[in-house]
Amino acid sequence: MEKFVKFAGLVAPLDRNNVDTDAIIPKQFLKSIKRSGFGPHAFDEWRYLDHGEPGMDNSKRPLNPNFVLNQERYRGASILLTRSNFGCGSSREHAPWALLDYGFRVIIAESFADIFFNNCFKNGILPIVLPKSEVDALFGLTEHTPGFKLTVDLAEQQLVRPDGYVIGFSVDPFRKECLLNGWDDIGLTLRHAEAIREFEERRKQQQPWLFA
Amino acid sequence: MPQTLYDKLWNDHVVRQEADGTALIYIDRHLVHEVTSPQAFEGLKLAGRKPWRVSSIVATADHNTPTDHWDEGIKDPISRQQVETLDSNIREVGALAYFPFKDRRQGIVHVVGPENGATLPGMTVVCGDSHTSTHGAFACMAHGIGTSEVEHVLATQCLIQKKSKSMLIRVEGQLGKGVTAKDVALAIIGKIGTAGGTGYAIEFGGSAIRSLSMEGRMTLCNMAIEAGARMGLVAVDEVTIEYLKDRPFSPRGELWDKAVAYWRTLHSDPGACFDCTVELRAEEILPQVTWGTSPEMVVPITACVPDPAREPDPVKREGMERALQYMGLTANTPIQSIRIDKVFIGSCTNSRIEDLRQAAAVLKGRKKADSVKQALVVPGSGLVKRQAEAEGLDKIFIAAGFEWREPGCSMCLAMNADRLEPGERCASTSNRNFEGRQGPGGRTHLVSPAMAAAAAIAGHFADVRDIL
Repeated sequence: MEKFVKFAGLVAPLDRNNVDTDAIIPKQFLKSIKRSGFGPHAFDEWRYLDHGEPGMDNSKRPLNPNFVLNQERYRGASILLTRSNFGCGSSREHAPWALLDYGFRVIIAESFADIFFNNCFKNGILPIVLPKSEVDALFGLTEHTPGFKLTVDLAEQQLVRPDGYVIGFSVDPFRKECLLNGWDDIGLTLRHAEAIREFEERRKQQQPWLFA
Repeated sequence: MPQTLYDKLWNDHVVRQEADGTALIYIDRHLVHEVTSPQAFEGLKLAGRKPWRVSSIVATADHNTPTDHWDEGIKDPISRQQVETLDSNIREVGALAYFPFKDRRQGIVHVVGPENGATLPGMTVVCGDSHTSTHGAFACMAHGIGTSEVEHVLATQCLIQKKSKSMLIRVEGQLGKGVTAKDVALAIIGKIGTAGGTGYAIEFGGSAIRSLSMEGRMTLCNMAIEAGARMGLVAVDEVTIEYLKDRPFSPRGELWDKAVAYWRTLHSDPGACFDCTVELRAEEILPQVTWGTSPEMVVPITACVPDPAREPDPVKREGMERALQYMGLTANTPIQSIRIDKVFIGSCTNSRIEDLRQAAAVLKGRKKADSVKQALVVPGSGLVKRQAEAEGLDKIFIAAGFEWREPGCSMCLAMNADRLEPGERCASTSNRNFEGRQGPGGRTHLVSPAMAAAAAIAGHFADVRDIL
């Protein structure tokens, strides 16, 4: 996983509650056995006017002019601003893969669905929960300020607006370390292999039917 | 100190815990299907790692498999490649059990696990699938994980977790005639919202829950994820133990007795403290129908489509307006006047034998309306299918104009050929009414199997209590 470094990124708004993982990446693209190449199909049903299937040349497909991310002003956005319960629905990690491949490194929302939230951290995406009042203010600024950018400083746990206003956010300390260092979870866990083996042995004694 | 069921399960699986609460949790059962596992197996191989304990793995192909013309195999080449990738990964790695495409015990992973006794009380159960919460019906700590975590479990037999908060949802009283576990689940989501359970492990309790069969409890826990919860739990009782007796992977003899003695401790102690409690009266729950594009957009069958104009929150109001537009509905329309094009009875929520019995009881001696273009019954597994056939349920469905299909996830998410066409409206026993879920442009109304059957007969939503 790539290290998460401080950056300033363009903010794109998606002003909806309950954006589900079927909307983020529709099921027909889940048939891939790869981790890459999902970006062109992120929000496929909202983004294009025709029906998308795997293997299509997306550059030739008609874009939906009413979908906010298709607006020229949000091209190249790396921060997605949205509402509550973002990423609800299925556990498909294809959703964060698609968002990352699209170019998003940070998602700001009032709340996230649990599995999606988890999946973000495994892929170097930082999901940030902010109170509704801050999210409201950011939606206003994004709409009224062309090229509105935020600086994301994970080490300091701060979002900095162009006017210098600082918004603090909280993040789980362990997950923060993993993102900042680009650590592989599995490698970390295997450092405790001995403890896992001991636990497993004890369990075999206590609940042998689980190992029959 | 009195403990909740969740406390007991958590404490029983902590391998080690950091000062900040981050814990390594041991995983007893790893369910695997074809969609969310290929990248995990590949990652494992690329890193030169071996699976930690293959005897924890139970695998099946379910999402991509066709539900008719099995003799013709899987026609879609990308679907076929995904299923074949699972075949080769399991062949290479091994598993406690593998039910491949066309196997007589193949089926939806959340149906196959419990019916084979591969889901046992007190286990941690994970799968790259959000509806893993189903297995909480057996007092298992069971939840969905992403593909990176699938790889993590393969490599380490553990997950890095933090403990959730605990919520008790108590449903006291007796459910009315024609009111099922699905209606309870939808009524709960209607009450607390699709994010109401976020950050919580929910335990379902109360006399109405205790009177549910294991199938009903699985339906309820299955839908816990639609309330945003990490997991749903039901305490072990005689119903649980009776269900598990003599299943293929259930313990036997002395081990059975030992296991049962332990399983009987898997309930919340009297006086255990929950972070939050929600109460519902069973008698007040009516058959439910969703009207929008989120499971929380739900009303009783006797109600009308809600009016966004009465919603004060502008973001919610816009969401309701967008949902009505997508669903092709206008505010204040009586639910019972909404006509349907298709009916789907199936999915990990409602494809077990009891679900099929409930639908068949409504359909017996009746026919679907001519205006209903297609009505599918997709049993949850090969075993469910044969059980239903032994009971003659297939004949009732076929006589009523339904198609009797092979097992799989089917039209719940339309990864195979079973799907809605744009604009088609479906009474579906599945779990998600998201835009495009059952096919691009398709319109999904979530209902119980009995209510789906009632809608099939009437050609529009109807109150099953008037038929029974």
